This record gives sequence, C-alpha cells and structure tokens, in this order.
Amino acid sequence: MNLAWRDVRHNLFRFILTCLGLGLLMTVVLAMMGIYNGLVADALNIVKAPQADIWVVEAGTQGPFAEASKIPNDTRDAVARLHGVAEAGSITYQTIEAPFKGATLRLYAIGYERGHLGGPQTIAAGRGLEASHFELVADTKTGMVPGDTILLGRNRFQVVGLVKDTMNSGGDPAIFVTLADAQVLQTQLAPSAARVQVARGASATAAATVAAVIARLDPNIDAQDVVQTVRQWKHLAALTQAEQEEILIKSVVDKARKQIGLFLGILLTVSAVVIALIIYTMTMEKLKQIATLKLIGAPDRTIIGLIVQQSVALGVVGLGLGLMLILTVKDYFPRRVLLEPVNALALTGIILVVCILASGLGVRAALKVDPATALGG
Amino acid sequence: MQDDSRRVIVDIKGVAKHYGEGETRVDALRNLDLTVHAGEVVALLGPSGSGKTTLLNIIGCIIDPSQGQVSLDGELVYDNRWLRGDLRRLRLDKIGFIFQAHNLLPFLNAADNVALVLQLAGKSRAQAQARAQELLDYLEVGHRARAMPALLSGGEAQRVAIARALANSPRIILADEPTAALDSKRAGIVMDLMRKLAAEQDACIIAVTHDEKILDRFDRLFHLRDGRLEDDTGDAR
Repeated sequence: MNLAWRDVRHNLFRFILTCLGLGLLMTVVLAMMGIYNGLVADALNIVKAPQADIWVVEAGTQGPFAEASKIPNDTRDAVARLHGVAEAGSITYQTIEAPFKGATLRLYAIGYERGHLGGPQTIAAGRGLEASHFELVADTKTGMVPGDTILLGRNRFQVVGLVKDTMNSGGDPAIFVTLADAQVLQTQLAPSAARVQVARGASATAAATVAAVIARLDPNIDAQDVVQTVRQWKHLAALTQAEQEEILIKSVVDKARKQIGLFLGILLTVSAVVIALIIYTMTMEKLKQIATLKLIGAPDRTIIGLIVQQSVALGVVGLGLGLMLILTVKDYFPRRVLLEPVNALALTGIILVVCILASGLGVRAALKVDPATALGG
Repeated sequence: MQDDSRRVIVDIKGVAKHYGEGETRVDALRNLDLTVHAGEVVALLGPSGSGKTTLLNIIGCIIDPSQGQVSLDGELVYDNRWLRGDLRRLRLDKIGFIFQAHNLLPFLNAADNVALVLQLAGKSRAQAQARAQELLDYLEVGHRARAMPALLSGGEAQRVAIARALANSPRIILADEPTAALDSKRAGIVMDLMRKLAAEQDACIIAVTHDEKILDRFDRLFHLRDGRLEDDTGDAR
C-alpha cells in the first residue's frame, strides 16, 4: 500500500495546484537554459554559416563579431592567391533598422559576393540571390515571406528566399544581400547629409571596405600555416575558424552566459527552498497521522517513504508540467529558446537531488514526532 | 471478580517514572504495581495529570519507565536487550490502540485503515483486505468499507478504529477515552463490543476513561492519584 500516492490522491487538487506552481518555476528554469543555448547557437551559427577555414580581418582586431573591422575591398584577391586557399569571399556585417508593415525591424545585414563564400548555405523557401542588386534572403524570424519588399536605406529590396535560425548573438534576424548593396547601405548618407559633404569638398560616399575576407582551404592544408602567412602582412590579421568561434564565445557570449548561469543558480536555489517549504508544511500538517502510524507500529522507512516519495513526485510532476509549458510557448519568445534532451535530463537529475535534500527537513520533523502525540493527554 | 488462574498479560512491578531532575523533578508514577489477565477489561481513572497517559505510554512501549519491571505477554521489556525497532515490532504484534478521536488516516478508506496494520505486519494485500473486511463485517460496518473516514459517523469511525486495533489479534488493547466522542447509547455498544472481542481473542483491555456511564462495563477500576495506583477497593498498588 503506497501511502504517498494515497495521500496525494486524497489531496489531489492541492497537489496539482502545488505542482502547477512548481511547474511555472521549472518553466522559467528551462527557459533560462533554452535562452542560453539559443544565445550560443545563434552566435555560432553566424560564424559557422560561411563554412570558412580562416578569417582575414583588420590588423589589431579580433574580427567582425568582437569589434569593428575594415579591410580594403581587394583583399579577397590577395587571399585567394595564397597557396592552399581553395576559395575566398568578402563579407560585411552590420545592424540596420528598417520599417516593415508598420513596425520597425532590427536586422543583421550580411553582405557577400554572389558566387563566392559567405552566402546562406541552405535556403528554406524561395531561392538565393540571383540579381546584382535589391534582392535579399531573410531569416524566417523577420516575419517576411518571398515576394515582400522592404525599404533599406534609399532602395526597396525584394525578399526572394528564406533561411532558418540565422541571427546574431543579440538575437537580430539576419538578411543576406549582395556585397555591393551592403556597402551602399554602410556608406550611403541621407540626401541632405550628402549635400553637406559635397559642399565641404568631401566625397559623399566613403571608400568601400569589407569586414572580413573568409577563405576555405584545400584539403590537407594546415590553417595555421595560411594564418601565419597572412599575419606577415602588417595591415591584416588572420584567425582560424576555431579561434573565431572561441573569440565569439569569450568576448560576446561569456558575460551573458555567466549572467544566465547565475540566474539559473538562483532559480534552482529558490526551487529547492520552495520544495523544502512545501514538503515541510505538508509534513507538519500530517504530524498527528505520522504519530498514529508510529504508534501502530509503522517502521521509519514507511514514514520516510511517505515524505520522500511525495517530494520526488512533486518535483517530477512539476518538472513535467514545466517541460510541457516551455515546449508549448518557446516559439513565442523573442529570442530563440533551444532545449536539448540533455538539458531536460540534467534538470531531472538536479530536481531529484533537490527534492531528496529538500525532503530532509520534513523527514527530520517526522522522525522527531513522539508516537505518544497520537494518544493525546 | 477476577480469576487469578487466567494467564497474566500485563505485569508491572515497582514502576516509577519521573521527568526532570532536582527542583524541576516531577514524579508522574511512583512505585506502581499492576497485573492484568487475559480477557480482563480494566479502567484507569483519575484527574488530569495523575499519570494515566504516562502509564498507558509505558504499557504501550512508547516511553520507558525510570525504574521497575514491565512484562507484556510474558516478555520482559525495557531491559537493555530492547531496541527501538523491537519495541515498534512489539507494538505492531501485541498491542492495539484505540484513541479518543478515532485517529483514522484520512487518506485511506475504512478497509485500508484496517488492512494497513496487517500489511505492516507482513500480510499480503489480498490477505489484509480479506481480514479487514471480515473484521468490519463483524463490527457491522462492513458496508462502509470503501468510505473515507471523513464520511463516517462518529460511531462508525470508532468501530473502524476498533477493527484496526484488533487486526493483528493483539494481546493488549490500550484505549484512550474510547467513548469520549460517543453518546451514551453508542458508548455502551462500543464497550460491550470491546468486552466481547477481548474475551474471544483472550486479550486484555486497559482503558483510560472519565466516562462514568460506562464504568459498569469494566471488570476492575484503578484510580491514579499523584502517580500512585489504587484499585476500586481503595488499596494502594
């Protein structure tokens, strides 16, 4: 006879309500885990998307994801001629805001040369860029669909294709445009500002630059050898793909990771305290019953089982509800919530340990109950 | 009148219990002797604080005496051989408790409240359920076997509590104000039932009571005053 289950069944409404409260807490814990995973995955997606082996950037900088990097337009030709480089492409990154259907979209614009490295790897809908100008491929999170048009700078672009899960570490969805269009977006001034520049005798447009040149190497070529060669050019720096990913994680994602990690720790502590308080309160309400159980000869393990099983059931059902809830609402979060099975497994392990530890307080109270309490007097 | 040839179930000799030491010392029981035989139904009477519950707790293996000997069904308890787990087992096997407020577990139905004691003693679920139903039928509450305690009347709940106390066929039944929550008619019925069961199971019943309307149902009355026991003849024990 499972006393824990019988007691739960007797107070089913209260148990479900308690589980629901705990489930909401678990939803927040899982959301934090998912947001962190999404943050890292989004950041790495952008770096991994071009499938490059090396990144050539401005000397003294750590690349376009950590800080501003500007290198001359023709660097791509020089890199492409290096021994061991199979192909190279120029690429630019910039964040822009543009009006779309009455709202302002914040977009991460990636400029690349058609026919070279840097473009989207997989088109989810529509097609890739075919025209030299005024076409774009957008991430589905922008809300745009093929055929839509959007004003970027002074020009109206048409959406021709869609990609999935391509955004920067800030969560801004990406759009791919041609390098030429991206450079215009970077340098083009508003008409009045351009007139002022011309009146001052300066050029209305700045010299075209790119953020980086990416290169894919021939098989059996050591990326470090090519990187060392590029570093001999004093105005350029070079990073391997692994170095670029590490910089991104350390400089861009690390603080967010620590912040979320700390928040996660606090949430788990709060969950542990909540579970401990619930179990303690449930035990205190049952002291007379526990005393009766002791008096009629129930062994300690029956009483410990009653408390620990209820605590674990509370945690597991709460976690299950939390998991269902987060899986239902995760797509409504403004940032990607990426939950891996390992997260659910890890949290299950943590919650089980927390529940067992939290029930310790209730078990201690129960074991201290004097069976004579049942007799009164 | 008692028949001293019957088997002795509870034998207490020179038992004392005190709490605290020095100026704070309180003597709850003083040099107390009590012998109860199989089939006997005895009452412990006395004002509040006279030591009735302390004596019940000592016989029930809940607290140990400060001095003296306690034998239950021929076994000398409270010497150094007895561990807490052994006393728990002794309670389970040989002692049944009936409480003032029935103390049924609210999350188990009537049959399960009775069956729990049997399962704790090692009976299978099927055996426990069958015996529980048999006892409830005997106590004329079999039709309420699936009812939760909150839905039972006071008399029904107390009969289920009696069934639970008798489930393991204990040799000693300790009752704490067993009829306090019942009207005089039901109190009489419950007492008659307890007497009948004690006789059938060759068990003894020791009840703490203030209920004067049921005193005629006891074989012997013991009065506790300031930790000392006097039988109904007024002799100190």
